[in-house]
Amino acid sequence: MENPTIGTFIAVFEEMFGRGLFWGLVVLAVVITLAYIFVLIRDRSVSWRKFLLAQLFMPIGAVAAVWFVFAITKSHLRDIGGPIDLILVLGIATLGAVGAAILVYTVQSVLKGPGPAE
Amino acid sequence: MPDQPDFETRRRLLGLIAAGGAISALPSAPAARAQTIQSSARIVIIGAGAAGTAIANRLSTRIDGAQITIVDPRQRHLYQPGFTLIAAGLRPAEYSVSATADWLPRGITWIEGAATGIDPEAKRVTTSTGDRLDYDYLIVASGLELHYEGIEGMSRDLIGQNGIGSVYAGPEEAEATWREMDRFTDEGGVGLFTRPATEMKCAGAPLKYTFLTDDYARRKGTRDRMEIIYCAHSGSLFGVPIVNEKVRMLYDRQGFDTRYNRVMTAIDPGRKIATFRTPDGGSEEIAFDFTNVIPPMRAAQVVRDGGLSWQTGANGEQGWIEVDQYTLRHTRHDTVFAVGDVAGVPKGKTAASAKWQVPVVEDQLIAQIAGGQTDHIYTGYTSCPLITRVGRAMLIEFDYNNDLVPSFPGIIAPLEELWVSWLIKEIGLKATYNAMLRGRA
Ligand SMILES: Cc1cc2nc3c(=O)[nH]c(=O)nc-3n(C[C@H](O)[C@H](O)[C@H](O)COP(=O)(O)OP(=O)(O)OC[C@H]3O[C@@H](n4cnc5c(N)ncnc54)[C@H](O)[C@@H]3O)c2cc1C
Repeated sequence: MENPTIGTFIAVFEEMFGRGLFWGLVVLAVVITLAYIFVLIRDRSVSWRKFLLAQLFMPIGAVAAVWFVFAITKSHLRDIGGPIDLILVLGIATLGAVGAAILVYTVQSVLKGPGPAE
Repeated sequence: MPDQPDFETRRRLLGLIAAGGAISALPSAPAARAQTIQSSARIVIIGAGAAGTAIANRLSTRIDGAQITIVDPRQRHLYQPGFTLIAAGLRPAEYSVSATADWLPRGITWIEGAATGIDPEAKRVTTSTGDRLDYDYLIVASGLELHYEGIEGMSRDLIGQNGIGSVYAGPEEAEATWREMDRFTDEGGVGLFTRPATEMKCAGAPLKYTFLTDDYARRKGTRDRMEIIYCAHSGSLFGVPIVNEKVRMLYDRQGFDTRYNRVMTAIDPGRKIATFRTPDGGSEEIAFDFTNVIPPMRAAQVVRDGGLSWQTGANGEQGWIEVDQYTLRHTRHDTVFAVGDVAGVPKGKTAASAKWQVPVVEDQLIAQIAGGQTDHIYTGYTSCPLITRVGRAMLIEFDYNNDLVPSFPGIIAPLEELWVSWLIKEIGLKATYNAMLRGRA
């Protein structure tokens, strides 16, 4: 009957992490995403070598994200009790994987500049 | 307000976002609306707990010029749903403690004393600080009183010794309860769990703590050295039939010895024996090595003496305020509202209920000041993340009708033991609670 609004979720996230940390994390995510887009535009192509290394970090990011959430919530893989739990774990793993890949790719590009022509 | 189809879609979508983001919120009342009214009404709020603080924040942004006074002697704000986590050794006592002052809005007056008298005829509240507060509107949000002395031989200072725990008493007592439970689950013996026959806040809490004790014993490998007895005050474990059936199944699965129609009337801490009233009028003694005493509950003295309570029945004896269950407006004094645990309504003694009640009182009061009416009503929404072990819970939500009213229908199954429901209790609930206090959820 009563509907959560986007504003409610923002309020809840702010309380969860603290206002500063929450918006700090949002800014960080936006900055990394912008940097990623920036290097893509600057280099005008995806560097497959950098992408390969980035891909290697995907499983690490996935496991780290899931491990982190289990650790802060005092739970364990054995607590998965139904389909939504599985979807949630997979979602967290996906976010961790994609996040790690983007981060690694961007860091390489920013540090090393455009790679050799491929 | 029936669900609009587009609302429903949006809600599911937000539910998915919430679940996908590894957090979830309690269902939310609409955030305080921007539109404000002008009024110089004098509004007195008794109690700055969950409900009182939330309504103070909401009214202070909705009414321009009102004189809002909140009365509460307590300097410490207590996030009570956290007591269960403290008593499970998962959080320190400080987890539930913050300062009342930090949550109150600017521009209102906080009187740091107790309300000692309410005169609804003269529309006046008197306080322990000697103030006389004349009001146009009164909102009673004084929560409830834990009546430990209602159990012969019991008092708060026994908590934390001789196997006596009590999760409800406060954060320090919850921590002391954890020490006793930790010791008990090392040693084994008889674990005795129960609930009072009165109305109580968070009727799921006694059940949760039984599950948690069982879980620790299993983790430590001592479960076969103990007996877990649960004494239900009536013929069921939970007031909502469909939930009761589920809990009964889980209790059987965990091997609890469930005894119905047993109400704790006395405790002998030296001999470690509790006495229960039985349905035939007799009594039964049960020896324990660990027990979680949950006392009878009733409205605060000032409420019981103030002529606002129901006049007959159990509601009258326990002193809950006689309000219309949908509008939360007093049935005999139309400028008085009750919100939170003190309201004499059939369901709703949880913080999650307060979250739904507060916007109703806000809208009802504002409509009344503006000389109009509103159809915004409270339908009994009550919620309780029923922990069944560390790492899993059932997100149980229901209304006056005993209908299940899941916030995330089709996504989070209410009667399944899920990790996502545990996450809601473990990380989502306090954040949602805090957002509610600020009037933002
Ligand atoms: C162990 C435990 C577990 C719980 N678990 C959950 C849960 O999982 N989910 C959930 O939603 N809810 C839960 N609750 C219930 C929830 O905490 C309460 O329902 C909620 O706090 C009620 O809010 P309230 O404002 O009515 O009362 P309170 O928050 O108790 O506040 C009442 C305030 O009134 C003040 N007061 C009392 N008398 C006077 C007076 N004479 N004058 C002035 N002020 C006065 C008090 O000092 C207090 O500050 C739990 C509670 C406990 C104890």
